[in-house]
Amino acid sequence: MEYAVLDKLSNYTISSILSALYVLKKKFHIGGIFADTDILGSYWPIISAKRYIGRALLASTLSSDLAICKSLLIFITFSVRSQDIRNTVGNIPMEWYKDYPHIGYDLEGKKIFKPIRNKDELDEFLDKMENPDYWRTVQDKMTGADIRLSDEQVDLVHRLQQGKFGDVNFNEYEPAIDFFSNEVMIHPVTNRPQDKRSFIPSLIEKEKVGKLVHAIKMGWIKPHRPKETTPQYYDLWAKEDPNSILGRHKMHIPAPKMKLPGHEESYNPPPEYLMSEEERLAWEQQDPEYRKLSFLPQKLACLRAVPAYSRFIHERFERCLDLYLCPRQRKMRVNVNPEDLIPKLPKPKDLQPFPTTQSLVYRGHSSLVRSISISPSGQWLVSGSDDCTVRFWEVSTARCLKTVEVGGAVKGVAWNPNLSICLVAVSYDDTVVLLNPGLGDRLVCTATDQLISSYEEPEEVKDQPVQWAVAEGEGHEQGHRLILKHPKAVRQVTWHGKGDYLACVIPDNGSSLQVVIHQVSKRRTQNPFRKNKGLVQCVSFHPIRPYFFVATQRYVRVYNLIKQELTKKLMANCKWISSMAIHPGGDNVICGSYDCRLAWFDLDLSTKPYKVLRQHKKALRSVAYHRHYPLFVSGSDDGNVIVCHGMVYNDLLQNPLIVPVKVLKGHTITHDLGVLDVTFHPTQPWVFSSGADGTVRLFT
Amino acid sequence: MGGLQKKKYESGSVTNYVSRNKARKKLSLSLADFRRLCILKGIYPHEPKHKKKVNKGSTAPRTFYLLKDIRFLLHEPIVGKFREYKIFVRKLRKAYGKAEWSGVQRMKENKPAYKLDHIIKERYPTFIDAVRDVDDALSMSFLFSTFARTGKCHVQTIQLCRRLSVEWMNYIIASRSLRKVFLSIKGIYYQAEVLGQTITWIIPYQFAHDHPTDVDYRVMATFTELYTTLLGFVNFRLYQTLNLVYPPKLDGQGEFSLKSECEEDYALESESYSEKLSALSASLARTVPLVEDEEAELDLFPAEGVRYKMVCCSFFIFLFILFFLRSEGTNSIMCCTLCRCFGGQVSWDKSLCIGSTYDETDETITHHIVDRPTIDKQYINRYYIQPQWVYDCVNGKILLPVEEYFLGVTLPPHLSPFVEESEGDYVPPEKLKLQALQRGEKPQAEDDDEEEEEDDDDDDEDDQSEDEDEANLAEMEEKRAQGKSLSVKVTPGKVKPENRMRAEQEEKAEEKRLAIMMMKKKEKYLYDKIMFGKKRHVREANKLAAKRKAHDDSNKADKKKKKKKC
Repeated sequence: MEYAVLDKLSNYTISSILSALYVLKKKFHIGGIFADTDILGSYWPIISAKRYIGRALLASTLSSDLAICKSLLIFITFSVRSQDIRNTVGNIPMEWYKDYPHIGYDLEGKKIFKPIRNKDELDEFLDKMENPDYWRTVQDKMTGADIRLSDEQVDLVHRLQQGKFGDVNFNEYEPAIDFFSNEVMIHPVTNRPQDKRSFIPSLIEKEKVGKLVHAIKMGWIKPHRPKETTPQYYDLWAKEDPNSILGRHKMHIPAPKMKLPGHEESYNPPPEYLMSEEERLAWEQQDPEYRKLSFLPQKLACLRAVPAYSRFIHERFERCLDLYLCPRQRKMRVNVNPEDLIPKLPKPKDLQPFPTTQSLVYRGHSSLVRSISISPSGQWLVSGSDDCTVRFWEVSTARCLKTVEVGGAVKGVAWNPNLSICLVAVSYDDTVVLLNPGLGDRLVCTATDQLISSYEEPEEVKDQPVQWAVAEGEGHEQGHRLILKHPKAVRQVTWHGKGDYLACVIPDNGSSLQVVIHQVSKRRTQNPFRKNKGLVQCVSFHPIRPYFFVATQRYVRVYNLIKQELTKKLMANCKWISSMAIHPGGDNVICGSYDCRLAWFDLDLSTKPYKVLRQHKKALRSVAYHRHYPLFVSGSDDGNVIVCHGMVYNDLLQNPLIVPVKVLKGHTITHDLGVLDVTFHPTQPWVFSSGADGTVRLFT
Repeated sequence: MGGLQKKKYESGSVTNYVSRNKARKKLSLSLADFRRLCILKGIYPHEPKHKKKVNKGSTAPRTFYLLKDIRFLLHEPIVGKFREYKIFVRKLRKAYGKAEWSGVQRMKENKPAYKLDHIIKERYPTFIDAVRDVDDALSMSFLFSTFARTGKCHVQTIQLCRRLSVEWMNYIIASRSLRKVFLSIKGIYYQAEVLGQTITWIIPYQFAHDHPTDVDYRVMATFTELYTTLLGFVNFRLYQTLNLVYPPKLDGQGEFSLKSECEEDYALESESYSEKLSALSASLARTVPLVEDEEAELDLFPAEGVRYKMVCCSFFIFLFILFFLRSEGTNSIMCCTLCRCFGGQVSWDKSLCIGSTYDETDETITHHIVDRPTIDKQYINRYYIQPQWVYDCVNGKILLPVEEYFLGVTLPPHLSPFVEESEGDYVPPEKLKLQALQRGEKPQAEDDDEEEEEDDDDDDEDDQSEDEDEANLAEMEEKRAQGKSLSVKVTPGKVKPENRMRAEQEEKAEEKRLAIMMMKKKEKYLYDKIMFGKKRHVREANKLAAKRKAHDDSNKADKKKKKKKC
C-alpha cells in the first residue's frame, strides 16, 4: 500500500504536499524535515516529497498508529481532488481528439477549442528563422497551445538532462537519519509496556534444549567429534607384508601406460612429419574416432609461440574413462616369423624334369581352341577350335599338316590311345565324328580303315539312342569315317585305354541320357545310367581297372562297370567341378573347379580331398596328369599353366608329395578366357596348352 | 534318465559375471556412488568370452563385472561412509529447510569424512607397485594444480595438487632422476627414473584453461582424490629414502639469505615460503646433514667400470654451468628443473619470480637463456641461447654446440626422445646427426657446403652430357628430314653379362612364391596379414623419407637462387 501511495504522489501539487508535511512534522516529531522554511513557495522536487511522506508513513506504521496513517491518506486523496486541471479528459491518448475541433473540456464542461493553426512548412521555417524564442516554445499536448518556457523552466530541463536534481538548492547528500540510534531519545518511539513473556524463561527454548540433551544422551548427536590424530601422510609401506598381497593381485591387469609421443607431436618437428595440404584436408574430414593422429602436427618458430592445447583436459578425461570403463584383457601376442609359416618344400631344382620354358607356338586357328589331344606316339597333335576346324600338327615343327572342316564349333577332340589304330574322335554340336587323319604309319591307317569297313551288321538290330552312320563322299575323303548323331550337343569325348570304347558327355540336367558309351568295333551304344544325379561335367575311364568316373558339379562318382554299382562318391566341396584327371596308377584323382581350386583325392585315403591347392587366381579349365613322370598340370582363366610335382609312393603309408614347380605364362587373356585345355606329351615331360587366343603352345 | 532338467543360464560362465545394474543393486548404491567406488578400488569391467551366453541369450550391449570383484566390494568399509555421507546431506538439507542454523553448524562440524589410506595400501601392497602406477597420478595432479579457482573443483584440491606436484619436482631435483624431457604441442613431457621405474608425466603449458562442457568433472575429481592420496604417500616415502624432511623445507642456511626486499612485493608472508619452494631453486633440508659435496658424490662409484661413469657424466652435463633465465614466465620453472637436475645452477630476474639466487650482472654466468628474438643489453662473456638448447642437451645427454640455438636463429627440429627406432623404421637425419655427436664424431657443417658445390658441378656435367645427346638427336632428325634413308648398319652388340647374383635371387623368389601357393588357408591368412603390416610399415617410412627429400631439395633450390642473386 505504501508504495502505491508514493507512486501517486508524483502528480500532486507541491503546496498540498508541503502542507501535509507540516502536519506530519507536528505530529511525529521528525527531526530535520525542513531545514529551511524558504522552500515554501519555491519549486519542490517530487522525489524529496516522496521521501518525507514515505518517512511519515513509515513512522506511522511503525508506531502502529493506524488512525494517523489513515488521516494522512485521506488528506492525500483530498489533495488529489482539489488539483486544478484545465482539461478534464483525463489521461487518454490525445490523438483521439485528432478529428475534432476541440481538444477536451474545462472544469465548467465547456469545450476547449484547439488554437487555430494555419502555419504551413514555410511559415514554420520563417518562424524558426525569425523568432528568437522558437527554441523554447513547446506545444502543450493537453490544450494544444504554444507555451514559451520561462528561464527557470529551461534551467530545470537542462538540469534534468544532465541527470541532476531539479531543485538547485537541494542537497543530495544529506546526513542519514537514524531512527534507532545509540542516542536515547527523550520520548520512546512507542509507548507500549513490555510483554510478560519478556520476563519469564521461554518454554519453546526449554523444549528445544531438552530435545538436544536427549539426542546427546541417546548418542544421536555427537557434540564433538574427536579430532584425527594421525598425520595426513605417513609411511604407508613401513611394514610391507608379503601376506597382504591378495590373490586378486595375480588376476589384476594393470592399466597399460599411455602411448609415448613421437616426433610429430613436437612443437618444432622435422619437416617430414608435418601434414601436406591434402593430408590435412583428409584428416579434417575423417571421423575423430578413426584418426591416426588426434592432433594436427604444427611447427612453431620458438617456445614462446606455443599456444595452449585446447584438448588437454579432454585427453586426461578420456584417460580417466579408459581406466574405469574399459574392459581389460590380456592379449597373447604371438610373435610369428612369417618365414616360418611358409612350408618347407623340396627345391624345384631337385624335382626335374618338368617343363620350364615355352618352346613352340602353334598358330593357325582363328578362334579359341577348346580342346587338344596328342597321338599316342607323341608325334602329332590335334586341336579343335570354335572356328569349326580341326587341325593336325606336327609336334616337333609346329607345322599344320592337315585342316579338317566340320559342321560346327569343335567342343572336344580325343586321339585313340591304341597305337594300332589311327582314329580321332571329334565332337561338335550333337555329332561325334571319328576321323582317320591318315598321318603316321600308312599301314596303321589302312588297317584302321579296314577295321571300320569290315563291320558287319548284326542280325538283330537294337534300338539305339545314337545313330551310327558311315561317312561317304567328300567327308570320307577328308577323313571322316563314322558319324554318330546324338540327341543333344556333345561336350566331351574320351577314349578307354584299349581304344575300343568311347564315352561321350551330353550335359543336360535331369535327363537320363547324359553319358553314353560307344563300342566302336561293334557300333553299339549303351546308356550306362538309368538316372543321372546332377549335371555331368566330365567323365573318364580308369586307366587299369574297369572303373568309370563321372564328375557332376559337386561330386565325382566312381562306378564299377563290371559289378554295375557305385563304389565311391568323392566330395569335391567346390563350385563347380570343371575338369578331372586320373593318375595313371589309378588311385589318385585331381579335380579342377571354377572356384579356382584344385582338389587332389587319394582314393585309398578318403572321399574328401587330400589337398586343395588355391594357386590360380581364376577358374580352372583343365587339369592333366603325365603318364610316366610324377607331374600334373592345371590351366586356368588367368592365363597361367601351373606345373606341379605330384609324387605318388608305392608305400601306402606315405602320402603323395605335392610341390608346385613352375608357373608357365604365355597365353594372352581374350574375352576373360585364358588357357582352355592342357595335355602332356605321352613320353616327354612336355606340356601343351591351348588358349582363348587361338594358339596352342608347347612348354618344354 | 532322471534328475531335474538343467536350466539354461544357471551354470557355466554366466555365474562368473554380473551386469553393472545388478552389481549396483547388490551393493545398493546409486550409479554415481558405484562409479566412485569402482574408481577408488580400481575395479574395471570384464568382457566375457561368449557375450551371448553371459547375457542370457540377449545380444544387447551390456557392461559386465566379475562377480568376484563385486563380492570383494561388498566388504569395503568406504561403502558405509558413502551412505553416511548421503544421510548427512539429507539431514543438512532438512536443517536448512527448517532454518535450524545451529543444527546446520553442528552438522557441518561433524561432516563425515573418509580416508583412502587402506585402499592405497590394498591396491599397492608394495611401494614399488605404487611408484609404477604413479604416471597418471602425476599428470592429473599437475593438471589440477594449473586450474584457477573457478568452481570446477574444490580450492583445497587445487592447493593440495599444487603442493604435491611441487614436492614431486623437488624430489626429482634432489634425486637427479630426470631422464628425458619433450616439448610437445600438448604440453611438456617429463620422464624420470625413480627406483628403477620409468615414470612419464605431462605438464600443460601455463595458460588459463578453457573448461570444456562435455567433461564430467566429478569423475576427474574422484580420480584426483585417489591420486592425491597416492602421491602424498609416495612422496613421503621417497623423501624418506633421500633423508629429506617431509613436508619439504628449504635448506636452513639459505633461508635467511634468500630473503630480500622484493619478496614482499611478490607474495604475502604466508605464501612466500610455498612460493619459494615451488621456485625449485634452492636445495632442501635433510634429516641427516649432508657432509660430502658433489665432487665426493661423483666418486661414489670409483671402480664399477666405465659404464657407471658414463651415466654419471650424463647426469651432470650442466656441471659448472651457471644459467640465467630470461624466458618468458611460463617456461622458467621447467627450465630451472632441468638445469638443476643435471648439475647446473640457475637464477632469474628478481622481478620475474621469487627465489632468484644471483643477479643478472653476475660475471660467472655462462649461459643466458632467452626466448626473445633479440635482447638489448648483452654481456660478452656468456652465451645467449634459446631454451630448446637445454632440452635438447638433456635428451642427447651431451652438451650440444650452441651455435644453432643463438637468439633469432631458426632452431633445429626438436625430436622426441621417446622414439626408439627399430630396424626398418624411418630415422630423421637430425637424429642421425645427434647419434654421431654422441659417438664423438665431429659435425660436418663445412663439408656439407663443399658437397653442395660438388653437387652443383655434377649437375652441370649432367647438363652437358644431356646437351650432347640432344645435339646427336638433332643431327639424326635433320638427316631424316632431308629424305635420305639412314644408312643401315649392323653394329656388334654388347654381350650382356649374366648377373648370377640376380638370377639366384630371382630363383629364390620364385621358389618362395611357389611355396606360398602351398600354404594352408589359415596360415596364408596370417601370413598375408603380417606381410600387409610390414609393407605398410615400409610404405610409411618411405613416405616420410620422400617427404624429407622433397623438402631438402626445395630448400637447396632456394639457397641456390639466393646465392645467384648475391
